[in-house]
Amino acid sequence: MAHIEQSKIRNFCIIAHIDHGKSTLADRIIEKTGLLTSREMQSQVLDNMELERERGITIKAQTVRIIYNAQDGEEYVFNLIDTPGHVDFNYEVSRSLAACDGAILVVDAAQGVEAQTLANVYLALDHDLDVFPVINKIDLPSADPDRVIEEIEDVIGIEAHDAPRISAKNGINIEEVLESIVTKIPAPTGDPNAPLQALIFDSLYDSYKGVIIFCRIKEGTVKKGTRIRMMATKAEADVVEVGYFGPGQFIPCDELSAGMVGYITASIKNVRDTTVGDTVTDALNPCAEPLPGYKKVNSMVYCGLYPADSAKYQDLKDALEKLQLNDASLNYEPETSVALGFGFRCGFLGLLHLEIIQERLEREYNLDLVTTAPGVIYHVYKTDGEMIELTNPSNLPDPSEIEHMEEPIVNAEIMVTKEFVGSIMQLCEERRGTYLGMEYIEDTRALLKYELPLNEIIYDFFDALKSRSRGYASFDYEMKGYEKSDLCKLDILINKEEVDALSFIVHSSTAYERGRKMCEKLKEEIPRHLFEIPIQAAIGSKVIARETVKALRKDVLAKCYGGDISRKKKLLEKQKEGKKRMRQVGNVEIPQKAFMSVLKLDEK
Amino acid sequence: MIKEQLGIYIHIPFCARKCNYCDFLSCRADYDMMKKYTESLIKEMRIESEYVNKKELKTIFIGGGTPSILPVELMESILQSLNEYCDMSSCIEFSMECNPGTLNADKLDMYRQYGVNRLSIGLQSANDKELKMLGRIHTFEDFLQSYYLAREKHYNNINIDLMSALPYQTRETYLDTLKKVVELNPEHISAYSLIIEDGTPMKKMVEIAKENPLPDETAERDMYYDTKRVLHENGYERYEISNYSKPGRECIHNMSYWRRTSYIGFGIGASSYIEGTRYNNISDFQTYFDILQKADKRDDITRLHENVESLTKQDMMEEYMFLGLRMMEGVSVRTFYEEFGKTIDDVYGDILQKHIDEKLIERSDDRIRLTELGIDVSNYVFSDYIF
Repeated sequence: MAHIEQSKIRNFCIIAHIDHGKSTLADRIIEKTGLLTSREMQSQVLDNMELERERGITIKAQTVRIIYNAQDGEEYVFNLIDTPGHVDFNYEVSRSLAACDGAILVVDAAQGVEAQTLANVYLALDHDLDVFPVINKIDLPSADPDRVIEEIEDVIGIEAHDAPRISAKNGINIEEVLESIVTKIPAPTGDPNAPLQALIFDSLYDSYKGVIIFCRIKEGTVKKGTRIRMMATKAEADVVEVGYFGPGQFIPCDELSAGMVGYITASIKNVRDTTVGDTVTDALNPCAEPLPGYKKVNSMVYCGLYPADSAKYQDLKDALEKLQLNDASLNYEPETSVALGFGFRCGFLGLLHLEIIQERLEREYNLDLVTTAPGVIYHVYKTDGEMIELTNPSNLPDPSEIEHMEEPIVNAEIMVTKEFVGSIMQLCEERRGTYLGMEYIEDTRALLKYELPLNEIIYDFFDALKSRSRGYASFDYEMKGYEKSDLCKLDILINKEEVDALSFIVHSSTAYERGRKMCEKLKEEIPRHLFEIPIQAAIGSKVIARETVKALRKDVLAKCYGGDISRKKKLLEKQKEGKKRMRQVGNVEIPQKAFMSVLKLDEK
Repeated sequence: MIKEQLGIYIHIPFCARKCNYCDFLSCRADYDMMKKYTESLIKEMRIESEYVNKKELKTIFIGGGTPSILPVELMESILQSLNEYCDMSSCIEFSMECNPGTLNADKLDMYRQYGVNRLSIGLQSANDKELKMLGRIHTFEDFLQSYYLAREKHYNNINIDLMSALPYQTRETYLDTLKKVVELNPEHISAYSLIIEDGTPMKKMVEIAKENPLPDETAERDMYYDTKRVLHENGYERYEISNYSKPGRECIHNMSYWRRTSYIGFGIGASSYIEGTRYNNISDFQTYFDILQKADKRDDITRLHENVESLTKQDMMEEYMFLGLRMMEGVSVRTFYEEFGKTIDDVYGDILQKHIDEKLIERSDDRIRLTELGIDVSNYVFSDYIF
């Protein structure tokens, strides 16, 4: 490909609240610029994974280069960097934004500004991006673009009166968006002759090429043979190939220079060497400073993953290894549980990330899993001065050795219509929230600010939020840090035996209630046996709640009519199948889903 | 050459009205419908008689629905055809299911004439309120009339069906039913606990009731134990989980299900087990009529069959256990070895020991049987014998 002038490049992303039409607009842009005919378009080209399409969210950042012939008669190169769309992936979003020079803000013409709209705009402005709004879904009956434009100007403070009014779904006014990209998003800057400085915003493992680094060249030039160094991980390698992103394929080119977005391969074997946010430089002619903003990504949520069939342990291990090749934020290490046998303690960015990994293991690797209740990382300060990062409640030291404990706290912003402010505040109080303030955004909506313990929001907070606001509340959060907290470990004893996989950490103020609910829940989940089974919740040696599963007295299906043996056998097979899905603890069979009971304590 | 023994089951899917708890294949029908069904059934029997006559026909059971609802001439044509097509000479038990309110002297005379020698009468309860709640069309008095009429017509092998654990039933009303029934001295009593099936009016009734109308577990267990006690006191032997009889009056046809001998089913939905294969007939009337209309030979009617399953040795072992253990005689260690070429301990050793430890089964010499506790939780026991 011929040399591209910097002034003809536009690097941008699309930001939006969930469901405001980000991926659909991306599809339209790709289609309009003729990269693919609409016949070739699979809906939402950029959401590659089956799961992404199903859930309608972007999990991994995707990038595509598009050629656009603008009205000024010039040919422009657009690099569209699609960003992940969930709060679990905030850091990845921030690195993708850092690779751009501008952003299109998509706002739903009916719903207007939402919590993620704000969070994303602020994130984009933090990265000095030029943001221009687009009003989407103008063909909806409930669309009110004038009001939404006013809202954008009032609430966010960016100019919106000439925002393109579009329908991404029906292809209305997409041309206007393309022209705005040319006129409103600045061309990149940077010196092609300076020492190499490139930002990694994603990476991908390919079994032939090794790791493929997605990067934005800020300064300098990279080409085949360049010895590169990742400045944070210190990994070095020789470049085998550079190129740019065609739709669904990698297209090699001679070199990538300042201002360009593309990929590098260098026979790197592990995605951990190419962490998102790191700076790639020329090992022989390094730049003075790495690009700002690099952070080591830490797992926020941990849980135990066990194969339902213990013979499948090795399969689970292989599957986790494969997934990790592509997902540097997935951590795992082997652990054993008395109740569940051999498995892994796995760390995730958040609950969504956990669910995705769990689902991929089950679907793509055909594994049947037992998952223990997810928890956050607690900091346990021991009397001897040591600090432990606790990811598995079973490993909590004896209380006599604990000086104090800390738990992670987040700053949360919740946007909600006026009528639900009361019930949402009540929810936050129930979840041990600390009220920070409230701003009214126009007359009808408020932005609530709370500090909340992470362990109170990882389970079902989002669902509770939606149900208490009839779906109208939106929510965003970021880590604040660790704070001292009065925590204790709740143990569960089934038939007098402690079941390690059911232990969880809980705030002392809610321990009794949680213990009681947990016993009630387990009573529902554990089938009756030939003997009575006490279920107890205990803190240390003190039992704080108890339920009893009564002994089985009757299990007869006497009716067997006209010799219909097959029907009878099916019932027995079903029962047998149920037994197979149980875990034996002592002489009690516990169904696999009971290990997730703690997640459902607040369900009615 | 010794012929293999065979049973015949004939399904009559018609009722005067459907009982509130019923999820069997049955419906109300007009005369034309019954006539059409009778014709199709006769054709199915004619075509299959070629197979039946290769075997030794041991038992016949006409069940439903309510077979006795068929007008006398329609049932007569069925029985006549059966006698015409099949060699009945070795048939030792021929049962007809009847419901009070549908029987009369003509029908009973006619049944006898064609070889019916056992009646199974659905009573369910001797309490008229309970009968009404079940959606039965008869009173206890109606039942008595039918019963005495049957005795008058020299039926000397009669079964009465009973149910316990009914909504609003108390231990007292149930004991009263038991008492009234044993006074009649029938040869056989089937006693089931009511199971509330999904999609039945009974299910709905229980769900919308302000307070759960079903007897609690203790009351239910009491009724269940009362059944055994009262029937034992009156000379009945339990020979299967839910079946009691005077000595020598066990239902041979039903035992063939538990003993896994062959039976062939005619009519919609009817199950068969022949040549080591289980299947059932399709349950749609129109399809049944259409297929039989065009059918001429055995090959033509295989289209009636669905869920055709050729049993593997493993399937048969499972069935040997969970069907055999339903009977109080239990299973035989020796027979298991003779049939499968492996000892029962090689196949089920661990489970048998576990069940013995849990006091669910007992083992003496050649026999393995359920204990009283094992009977109470028989499904729990049986499912362990499924691979």
